[in-house]
Amino acid sequence: MADVQIVDLGKAFDQITVLQNVSLQVADGEFLTLLGPSGCGKSTLLRILAGLEVQGSGSVSIGGRVVDGVRAKHRNVAMVFQSYALYPHMTVAQNMALPLRMRRLTALQRLPVVGALLPETRRIGAEIAVEVTQTAGALGIAHLLDRKPAQLSGGQRQRVAVGRAMVRHPTVFLMDEPLSNLDAKLRVQMRAEIKELHRRLGVTFIYVTHDQAEAMTLSDRVAVMLEGELLQVAPPQQIYADPAERRVAEFVGSPKINMLEGVVREQGLVDVADSALAIDVEGEAGAAVMLGIRPEAFYVADRAGPGALTGTVRLVEHMGSDLYVHLDMRGVVEAVIARLLAERAPHIAIGQVVNLGVRPDRVLLFASDGSRIRPRRPTLAATASVTPIGEYVQ
Amino acid sequence: MTAAIDVFSSGPDRTGAAGKLGRGNQAGSPRDVLPGSKSRILHGPKLAETCAAWALAGPAFLLLIVLFLLPVIAVFIIALTDWQFGALSPKFVGLANFHEVFSDEGFRISLFNTMVYVLIVVPGTVVLGLLIALLIESGQSFRAFYRAVHFLPYMATLAAMAVAWEALLHPTIGLVNQALSALGLPTANWLRDQTTVLPVLAVIGIWQNLGFAMVLFLAGLKSIPQDLYDAADIDGADQWLDRLRTVTLPMLGPVSMFVVIVVALRAFEVFDTVQILTQGGPGHSSEVLLYTLYRESFQYLRTGYGAAVTIVFLVIVVALTLIQARFMDRRVHYK
Amino acid sequence: MSAAHGFVRPATIARHAVLLLTAAFIMLPFVWMVSLSLKPSDEIFRASFSLLPDQWYALENYKRVLTSAPLLRYMLNGVIVCAVILTVQILICAPCAYALAKLEFRGRDALFALVLIGLLLPQQVLALPLFILGYSVGVLNTYAALVFPFVVSPFGIFLFRQFFRSIPDDIVHAARLDGLSELAIVWRIMMPMAMPAVIAFSIFSIVSHWNDLFWPLIAVNDQRLMPPPLGIMAFKNEETGTDYGPLMAASSLVVLPLIVAFLAAQRWFVEGIAKGGVKG
Repeated sequence: MADVQIVDLGKAFDQITVLQNVSLQVADGEFLTLLGPSGCGKSTLLRILAGLEVQGSGSVSIGGRVVDGVRAKHRNVAMVFQSYALYPHMTVAQNMALPLRMRRLTALQRLPVVGALLPETRRIGAEIAVEVTQTAGALGIAHLLDRKPAQLSGGQRQRVAVGRAMVRHPTVFLMDEPLSNLDAKLRVQMRAEIKELHRRLGVTFIYVTHDQAEAMTLSDRVAVMLEGELLQVAPPQQIYADPAERRVAEFVGSPKINMLEGVVREQGLVDVADSALAIDVEGEAGAAVMLGIRPEAFYVADRAGPGALTGTVRLVEHMGSDLYVHLDMRGVVEAVIARLLAERAPHIAIGQVVNLGVRPDRVLLFASDGSRIRPRRPTLAATASVTPIGEYVQ
Repeated sequence: MTAAIDVFSSGPDRTGAAGKLGRGNQAGSPRDVLPGSKSRILHGPKLAETCAAWALAGPAFLLLIVLFLLPVIAVFIIALTDWQFGALSPKFVGLANFHEVFSDEGFRISLFNTMVYVLIVVPGTVVLGLLIALLIESGQSFRAFYRAVHFLPYMATLAAMAVAWEALLHPTIGLVNQALSALGLPTANWLRDQTTVLPVLAVIGIWQNLGFAMVLFLAGLKSIPQDLYDAADIDGADQWLDRLRTVTLPMLGPVSMFVVIVVALRAFEVFDTVQILTQGGPGHSSEVLLYTLYRESFQYLRTGYGAAVTIVFLVIVVALTLIQARFMDRRVHYK
Repeated sequence: MSAAHGFVRPATIARHAVLLLTAAFIMLPFVWMVSLSLKPSDEIFRASFSLLPDQWYALENYKRVLTSAPLLRYMLNGVIVCAVILTVQILICAPCAYALAKLEFRGRDALFALVLIGLLLPQQVLALPLFILGYSVGVLNTYAALVFPFVVSPFGIFLFRQFFRSIPDDIVHAARLDGLSELAIVWRIMMPMAMPAVIAFSIFSIVSHWNDLFWPLIAVNDQRLMPPPLGIMAFKNEETGTDYGPLMAASSLVVLPLIVAFLAAQRWFVEGIAKGGVKG
């Protein structure tokens, strides 16, 4: 059992910065997901934690012990790779036994012929076999122990990779996109299994993915990374509802959040797309702001005017219970996407002019530099530090 | 989206699209793209395509028949005759040539020498090639330099390099003997001594093929996924010997088998060095299979006998190639 | 990663030590050859050893092989033979490979089987019947004799076919819609796209025929027709091992073109020869 402390981590490859000033605390037993697009540095961060890569600067502690310069095998972490990295020439049992053999047998005992003749080898080998069988049983792969990886399906390989990581009871589990090689259906199933595994083992999991759904469903907290920077670390709900900055808001959520340019007309009123929204904002008149509106924050309004936005329907996508309606709005470059309940918006057709209402408390405001402008309301003097999550999730 | 396709294909392009689909059928795409008109469209182009294909492949086909298939059949037929090139009427003698080949002391020596040569060249080349590849890959510096140097002999004209080797091995003025005597070690007349000539030729063989083995091993090393080394690190196999045993060597297994066969094939084909340096001598001590083949067929013009030797050679080469083909199959299933 | 726990310093030294040793073994004949080619005869036969000559005799040695011995002629023969073989091989093999890769026709499997049989047969096995064929057609001891066994290369067909198969069918279909004939598709669409295969095959072909001794030895005995390896052999037999300087100069010159080409285009060479060597 161990917590993980990451302090001011930096890394560059050939002058290209891949990580800068990353600091992160992962609690013992927590499930933390590093979420970001490919190339954002999340895998590098994970590899540094594993000891496969050396950081340029900063420090990592696992279980209160600084592990900088400590080899991977002495960190007591386990890793599940995207490709599973099973040894193709070994059976499942041999794959799973390897980490135990490397730890418990001496170099002499591991020698092919001589090793088997040494007194302890057989006994330790038998112990290892028992443990491997137990772990395999727990994962439902006991019947596969004599097969080679090439004879397994994707899901089975994934389980073997997890088994190889589990068998030596690591204090931290590292997972690098473990589900991305599986088909969609299996991915959902394995997602549930990983969640269950975490619950059962109770150890720290650090999980890397670019898939929001995985991050949202699995994690206690999500760390959003972009271009080598940690943008926000928070529970999934908060990441979605209360992003710290524009890049987080834009990365998380599908369809993507709508970004509309607006101008503060006066306190509490913002001009946007030929209309005006009453938004609780502090700012000078004339200040430019960005309004982030999630597609589901729209509803069909009866009439145009303040508090509603008017647009022409460009495209309607039927998604079953929902409709994704793409609209052109005056003064907005990209199409605005609204996610409407199908039953509430029965006959929207291309070319039709639609009025969309917005709940003011669902509008996220960003300054032109991308930083978040928080609403005034909770700012009642000393409560400034209270997280607004409760209000926004509802 | 389906609507869009309908719109486009019903325009003036229709004939073109249909023709394209007809062609597509022959190239292996699904046949039922245009259900109703299938047979009508297909019949013409099918025949036309066969004609076009044979027009394209015809020259190669004829030449393959004339230069490969018929000759190899001819070898089998000639081997059953007592034909001496230039003599008038060859007679059918059945397996007499093979009988003679295998009872001939000279041929047995030649076959034996070839085996000895192969058994020195193959392990020497493979082990050295692997060692050099591993060493080159184990560091960053001078990779390209080492790779280039070790590959040089493989493409240098062997006939010319044999001449250089001869100078190097010259009994009095050769560098080898000069160095040995400077060190107070015994010298030899390497290419004129029955005991040394074959090993020396084998060393030249290793010298020549080593770079080739190295290149294949380097390619094999490159194709080992980094993930496996990472996994080995985390599993605790992070000393070089453990990494070698857990990941590198097992992953090179299929490549190694392949290299062994290919180098063996090349070693069986040894000829240039023997022809230039020893002419099979002294005595018969460096006579090898291809040299016997050459001498019997083209110098003594014992055509029937030469054909029989050729067939022995062919059987060895084909056997090795088939083993290799089997192994390539297994390699595909390995992953 | 190697940076974390790769070879420590002693291992690095060992790496270079071993590689320099094997490299020295590899380079030895080359260095010795060039060294002797720079020396006069009396210095060569002197008992003491030095890498560089006391008296530079390079000019004399190289001039002799280029003027009194027909080395230039040998090299020219080599160029002609290699060029003709390669050109004809590509002209014959590419259309056939295209038919095998992209067309469906009766007899395709039989044709491909024939290619595989050709791939299996080493050239030395065919030498005897081809010699008889050459004799009966009356082409022995001509340039044609040096070329005709190689005008079709099963390996070339095989390699091009593999490459053509990786080109999407849609490109062929598009070319047909654009009105190209099948032959035009081969030369104007497929070959430019298959350039890596063409280069690899060209290098394989040139290296193997520039270096070939076996067939020229059988096919020609006229000095004026000899390609370089056979020429070197003839030169060596004439000199009977007394005049090493010019012989080494001749050898150096024969080896030189491929070495220079190799150093200039290493990557291509390694790839071409590794691919070809698989064929053997």
